[in-house]
Parts: sequence; structure tokens; C-alpha cells
Amino acid sequence: MAHPIAPNSWHRNREGLGIWEGRGKVVATGVGTSPTARRWDERPETSLGALTIIAIRKAIEDAGISPDEIDGIVLTPESTTGVSNDPMSPAPEGFDQVFKMVDFPQAGITRGDIDWILLNMPELKNVEFKMNGPVCMSVALTTAAEAVSRGLTKTCLVVRGWHNLAGRYYVGQGAAALNTSSGPGKYGGIWGMPACATTAMIFEEYCNKYGKSHEMMAPFVVEERRNGLMNPDGFYTQHRPEMITVDDYLSGRWIAKPANIYDNDLPIQAALAVIFTTPELAAHHAQKPVYILNHAQTRPELQGVTPTLAEWEASSDKMGRMLYEGAGIGPEDLSFEQMYDGFTLFHQFHLEGLRFASRGEKRGYALDLYQTDISIEGPNPVSPSGGNSGNGRTRWWHHRDCILQLQGRSPSQIKRKAEYGVSGAHMPNFCDALIWGAGPD
Amino acid sequence: MPKQSPVPTELDQPFYDACNEDRLVVQHCGPCNRFQFPPRMMCARCGNPGLTWRQVSGRGRIKSRVVVYDSPVSTLVPEQPFNVATIALDEEPDVIMLSHLPGVPVDQVPIGAAVEVIFETTPATGQKVPEWRLAGS
Repeated sequence: MAHPIAPNSWHRNREGLGIWEGRGKVVATGVGTSPTARRWDERPETSLGALTIIAIRKAIEDAGISPDEIDGIVLTPESTTGVSNDPMSPAPEGFDQVFKMVDFPQAGITRGDIDWILLNMPELKNVEFKMNGPVCMSVALTTAAEAVSRGLTKTCLVVRGWHNLAGRYYVGQGAAALNTSSGPGKYGGIWGMPACATTAMIFEEYCNKYGKSHEMMAPFVVEERRNGLMNPDGFYTQHRPEMITVDDYLSGRWIAKPANIYDNDLPIQAALAVIFTTPELAAHHAQKPVYILNHAQTRPELQGVTPTLAEWEASSDKMGRMLYEGAGIGPEDLSFEQMYDGFTLFHQFHLEGLRFASRGEKRGYALDLYQTDISIEGPNPVSPSGGNSGNGRTRWWHHRDCILQLQGRSPSQIKRKAEYGVSGAHMPNFCDALIWGAGPD
Repeated sequence: MPKQSPVPTELDQPFYDACNEDRLVVQHCGPCNRFQFPPRMMCARCGNPGLTWRQVSGRGRIKSRVVVYDSPVSTLVPEQPFNVATIALDEEPDVIMLSHLPGVPVDQVPIGAAVEVIFETTPATGQKVPEWRLAGS
């Protein structure tokens, strides 16, 4: 069954809206994270669906509440940006012996599905509010924030799982293996750029404009791996617990120069669930409430086949202005930033749009900031979760860690007092982001 | 370069037909006086569905560049590494097209250089697509 998505009016996508009406009326409490894996081994118990169920149960347990209290769920159905099975191809043999199946045969395998979850989690018997947050968990989070603030659900699960099938993520798969091209890919895809190349192209433009270089990214990427390796739930901690060095980064093989292998996030299997509720109900939850102070959205108005530096800068500037306007805070209030990093080469566009740790600079300063102390111990913690780069591709580590940081229980807890944080994904001109606070103001 | 052959649709048939005649046409919105590419059903800015096709000069500038070492497209893998550049049209620099810049060595793409359109035949169907070369080369 197709579930609705938020109407456009829920998305705060223009300036001048003032303080968000839901400011201080929605909080996050419980967080549940599944184990990670590099690829699916085709066993039912390691499937996307199984990981999603694990994450949900852990979030409910973490919040210290009963499953009966859950009356809403917002889920991102898309579970990869890479290779999926044919949507109607049957599940592997034996899958239906472990899980109850819905009409959509890839539910729980290569697509998240609310009905599949509810069918396989009989303890969630009071869920009335069901909505999809398409494409990105950021959308699920902003959708759930609006739903709780509008009283449509009181205790809401926000869920996203990721799958990664055998084989290479994009290379030689599906349409890329053909000698003809249909659909939107024919306008740009036939030039053969890998996914990171658009970002690399604009990063190159950025370096040319501001006199920066790819080498200046090294401290950021190394610090992200360090932060990620503090996270017991991260992929690298669980499967490849080796630190990387500046030399490793600088000698990484090129994918689309100036993007190398370390600038690309590693596709994995994993799932996250978060509990959103009201401040009043959170009083009996086991975890400290983290307040959502605002959210905002940007979408591109492309004129060309790829965006340009000017478009990314204008769009991320607008995002910064909208977020601060609705939250009633400014850049100087942020204790840390956790904008998206998969690909690493666009993180600085988000960061500069927010004017994070700016000393009056507007643009072209982030790579210089990376040469200073951006660690969790320092004054300007950049991506303390380690993001996708430090934990594997999910597009949600940074959101998760905003909650944990402001609860004071992050595995990579910043040393300065955590009062306000920001997280958002994914592209600098296609982004949904939230301002989080330790308190309601 | 052995590009995939694009399969035209009703929406973009005028673009590809023009390519086969060695002409570059781009959608234009009259009310906005603005070009856009790729083709869409309406203007991305104002929603005007009455877009027209206008022939442009076929001149542009190199805006940025990458060198592809790990392409997802099977037909291009044997060509790696290869250049891909973004080309800003002279008529409207926010309209961006892509190019392999035939004849330009890898890592030697001159940012800002003037380029002119050529039309390359794709092997699978013979459909031509726009490509770009350094002006005067």
C-alpha cells in the first residue's frame, strides 16, 4: 500500500517564514542502530528488513517505552542510491519462511515498507499515522517533526534502512551496461561520469576560484575516520578498525580526479530508528529529550545538465538563512555541525552556507578551517560523528549523532558544551536540514 | 569515444533531430527569456509549458573538469582515464553541457578556454550528440 508523503506546505523552503511554529514542541529521545555489513549475504536475518526491525526494537528499548506507545511511523522507502533488484523480482528462497510478505516482493530486501514492518512487528499494534519520507532520512525527520508538532502522532518512529547487494554499486550495472541510454541519464550519463564526478567538478571550480587544493581536504577526511572509529555502531569500527593517515588519503586511487576513493563513502547495509515525541510525553522516556528547533528544505532549479558552483553556493546560503531564521539562533550558537559528507568534497559547501566557525568570511574559508583544530576536543568540532566517510554510507550518522551529542552520550562526544547542533543532507542544492537544541529555546 | 546512444523521446526529438543535422538547439522560455538544458516539459523557473527550440551559436567556455578513472558506463571503461568537462554556453553561461574534449590530453584541460560544438556519432544507433573541441583546433 502506498502511503502519503508530506504536502509541500509542510516543508519550510523559503525565507520570511519566521520562527517555526513547532519550535520546542517536538523532541527526539530513543535511538536504535542495527549492526552493519558491507553487503547482503542473502540470509533473511541479515536483510534490510531484519536490520530495520532490530533498529526499531533498539530505539524503543533505548527510549524506555512500550511498543504500545508508538502511534506513528515515518519511513524512507528508498534503501540505496546504487543497485536494486527489479522491484517485482521474487524474494530469495526461504525469505517468506522467516518474514510475512506484502504484495511488493522486494519489501524488506531492497525497499523499506511500512506495511511490511507492521506485519512483521506485531508489537506495534497502535500505529495510526503512516507517512513516507522519500529519498532521504532527512525528509523522514522533517516530516515526522511536522507530524508531531501538528498533533498527528504523539510518539513516532522515524526509520531508514540501507541495503547493498553483491556486485559493484553502480559500475556496469543496469542502464550503465547497455549501449543505448534512455531516461534522464542520456543528457549527461553517456559521458560516463561516476556519481562523485559532479561534486568533483564543482569542487574543482571551488578550488580554482578560491585558490584551494584537494590536499587541503586531508585533515577533514582523516578526522572523520577518527571520529567514526569511536562509534561502536559504525561500519569501520565493526569491520575495518584501521585508522587512515594523510598519506593514505593523498595516495588514494582516483575515481574522478579530484575525487579519490576516500572522498567516496562506502556502501553498506544498516538501519536506524529514532523516536520523536512531545516534550510532555518525553518526561517519562529514559533518554534526555533533544529539541527540534527548526527544519528547512532546498531544491534545485537547474538550468544545465549539472549544477554549478554558483548554484551550490546560493542554495546552501539560503539553507543557512532559513535554518537560523526559523530556529531563532545564529551561526555563533552552534556547538558543532553535522552536515552531510558523502561525498566529502561537498561538505564545505554546507559548512560555509551555515557560516560555521566563520570569522567574518562568507565563502572559500572552509578548507582553511580544516587546517585548524576541527576535532571533537577543539573549539569548532566538524562532523563529530564521522559521517558517512567515517562510518559507511547511510545518510543518517550525522543526524543520529546530533541527538546523541545533545544528550551527552555520543561515543565521540565533543568536549565543549553541546547546546545547539545542525544536521542535513544531502546535496548542497537538494537538502533537508534540522537545527537541534539541548533545550526548547 | 564510444558513448551510449541516446534514445530520443517525443520531448527531446527536436534536440536530437537537430544534432543529426549538425545544429545545436536548446529549449527557451519566452517569458523568462531563459534557456534550459536538459529538455523539460516546462520552464524550470516559471512553469511555462510553451517552450520553444532555439538554435544557439555552438560556442562556449570550459567551466570545470574532472578526469574519470572509474566510469560506471561499460562502453567507456576501456577509454579510462578520460576527461569530462563542463561547458557553459556563450548565450547563457548557466546552461551547462558535458564534453570529453576530444584531442585534449588527460589532466590538461584549460579552464576558461573557448570551445566550439561538433557532433559525434554514437555507435549503437548512429544518433549524433553534441561534443566540444577547443576553438580553432
